[in-house]
Amino acid sequence: MEVSNYWYFLSGLTLLSALMVVLSKNPIHSVLYLVFTFFCISGHYVLLNAQFLMAVNIIVYAGAIMVLFLFVIMMFDLKKNIPDSKTNLTKLAGTVVAGSVLVILVAAFRTIQYPTPDESTFNPNNGMVENLGKVLYSEYLLPFELVTVLFFVAMVGSVMLGKREVGDRNF
Amino acid sequence: MKLTNRTKVLEQGEMTLAERLYFPAIVGGMATTLKHFFQKPVTIKYPEQQRYLGPIYRGHHILKRDENGAERCTACGLCAVACPAEAISMVAGERKAGEENMYREEKYAQVYEINMLRCIFCGLCEEACPKQAIYLRHDKIVPAFLERDEVIYGKDKLVEKMDQRYLRDGWK
Amino acid sequence: MEPTNTLFMAKAVIILVVFAITLGVAAYSTYFERKIAAFMQDRVGPDRAGPFGILQPLADAVKMFMKEDFIPSHANKWLFIMGPCLSMLTALMTSAVIPFGDTVTVAGVTFDLQGIDVNIGILWVFGIVSLGVYGILIGGWASNNKYALLGGIRAASQNISYELAMGLSIIAILMFSGSLSTKTIVEAQQNGHWNIFYQPLGFIIFIVCAFAECNRTPFDLPECETELIGGYHTEYSSMKLGFYLFAEYINMFISGAVMATLFFGGYDYPGYEFVANKLGETPAAFIGAGALIGKALFFVFVFMWVRWTLPRFRYDQLMNLGWTGLIPLSIYNVLVTGIGILSGQPIIAGIAGFVLLILGLIIYDQLTVKKKIA
Repeated sequence: MEVSNYWYFLSGLTLLSALMVVLSKNPIHSVLYLVFTFFCISGHYVLLNAQFLMAVNIIVYAGAIMVLFLFVIMMFDLKKNIPDSKTNLTKLAGTVVAGSVLVILVAAFRTIQYPTPDESTFNPNNGMVENLGKVLYSEYLLPFELVTVLFFVAMVGSVMLGKREVGDRNF
Repeated sequence: MKLTNRTKVLEQGEMTLAERLYFPAIVGGMATTLKHFFQKPVTIKYPEQQRYLGPIYRGHHILKRDENGAERCTACGLCAVACPAEAISMVAGERKAGEENMYREEKYAQVYEINMLRCIFCGLCEEACPKQAIYLRHDKIVPAFLERDEVIYGKDKLVEKMDQRYLRDGWK
Repeated sequence: MEPTNTLFMAKAVIILVVFAITLGVAAYSTYFERKIAAFMQDRVGPDRAGPFGILQPLADAVKMFMKEDFIPSHANKWLFIMGPCLSMLTALMTSAVIPFGDTVTVAGVTFDLQGIDVNIGILWVFGIVSLGVYGILIGGWASNNKYALLGGIRAASQNISYELAMGLSIIAILMFSGSLSTKTIVEAQQNGHWNIFYQPLGFIIFIVCAFAECNRTPFDLPECETELIGGYHTEYSSMKLGFYLFAEYINMFISGAVMATLFFGGYDYPGYEFVANKLGETPAAFIGAGALIGKALFFVFVFMWVRWTLPRFRYDQLMNLGWTGLIPLSIYNVLVTGIGILSGQPIIAGIAGFVLLILGLIIYDQLTVKKKIA
């Protein structure tokens, strides 16, 4: 089978599950569809020969972040309807925000120039771990290190927030 | 309040880090279980292997015969009186001529029934019997039953068979 | 047949065989768990079904299938069914990247005894293991039972916490091999250069995390029956419950295989070259596959051994161990390994790091901990 057929199949699945995230009434179902969407996107990474990104996408997004999402949503009382979320104002605000995002995206895609890869110099192994690592630690060393500093600061901050101060009660 | 001078104040200080890691304790525990892993099991596989229950175990009832094969029971009813669960009932009968080798005394039990649902195996019947007629065997238990009509044991199940007599430690 | 087609067939056969072995091992793990528990408690264990009770898994399976398959009326039906399926799926998917043996030639076809050799092998294992919690979480939530929900939530937070330390302990291994491919990691350990000699600390961290990831005692808090009845599988019955239990045993076997791959030389065994010279490469590779499975089974035994030795942790102790114990320890391990690689003396650096750690603990004790008066 042609690779493009896989691409069409995966893209269809991605769009369908992404739609289901928005359309399903149950937030748990939404989260699960979102997880499935991440899987489809990981499939796209595999088609692009970027296996490292695929694995990291699954580990970080599907494996950790979405678990925490699910974790939080399960704590809610889903049967209770929150009246605030159904007012006309929120509906209007949601429509405006979503519409403007759509407009911006369409505008951005209209102006974009699609570069066609040069077949003589194109390296299909660009997405492999070794190449990715080499690029990160040579060409993009500064941004990479800045990101690590950012993460470090965030980590220290969360530890500080989580630390019990003197006089705090245990539970 | 202090009653004696022998009380000792035990102060358990903080645990050291090595103790808080539990590592030596875990290794010790695993060594213990491994030692037991290679030890012989103590299980007695019940239906196949049976344990000696001891000389005073109170199991299946038996109505003894004497050395000539005559039934010892004289249907005095003391066992039924002694029975706290009221499990024993009997009908007395008079011995006819020519039945001397069947019944030892002139009066005997025509019917002797024990309701095994009621019996609590206390052994008071055995103690009450003046003729050493009823005993609770130490070597046999009452089997489980599935039907209601199996519950009441008559003389057919209770009277001793002469070819397999019941003997207890210390009897001759 | 075309060469690609024959290779495809060979791979398909390997995957089928791996599946069969995994399922068989998992089925018999239930039997051996009960046997080992019995032996450790000086009992006999199951011995009624067949000689030595060897048919017990069959009897259990029949029992599981015959029982009523109950779905609670207020449960979310589809998610309730999906939970055990997801658990089973993720448990079985991990074995794809484990190298069971070196290259073999059977009927003129040369192939590796491995499902697929990708250059991110170990990350694949991590990805799938991190997904394994969905089955428990979804099943726990869909049961519409507070105990089940608590069990699921416990499983989720426990798995996420211990994945971090697990990943960090593997980074030290990756620094040695310079590759994420499981095959390369195993090949770097051939001829007795097993990673356990270089990474004893890393192995301890990894095995503790593996216990937590498999939800095995002493970390089986998601199914802690003293607090949560049955935990996430409170509402499950019949084969759905069986799937959850089965998935746990499969996870045990696979994590044993992963530990053997990462730390114990994979399919390497003493005298590999001798056997290869005497019998040829193919039999040597098959014996190697046997060696790997043997190592994995040994770890399954260790899992059971620990289960019947140690009591369960308390939940705050579990979190404390994960976040303040294992993660700093594994960062320290990475540091020591880095020094070892830079200085060219990995074994000396490893031992020195271990000794320094112990010394540090003793000094810390001497300075801060009050002495016992007893």
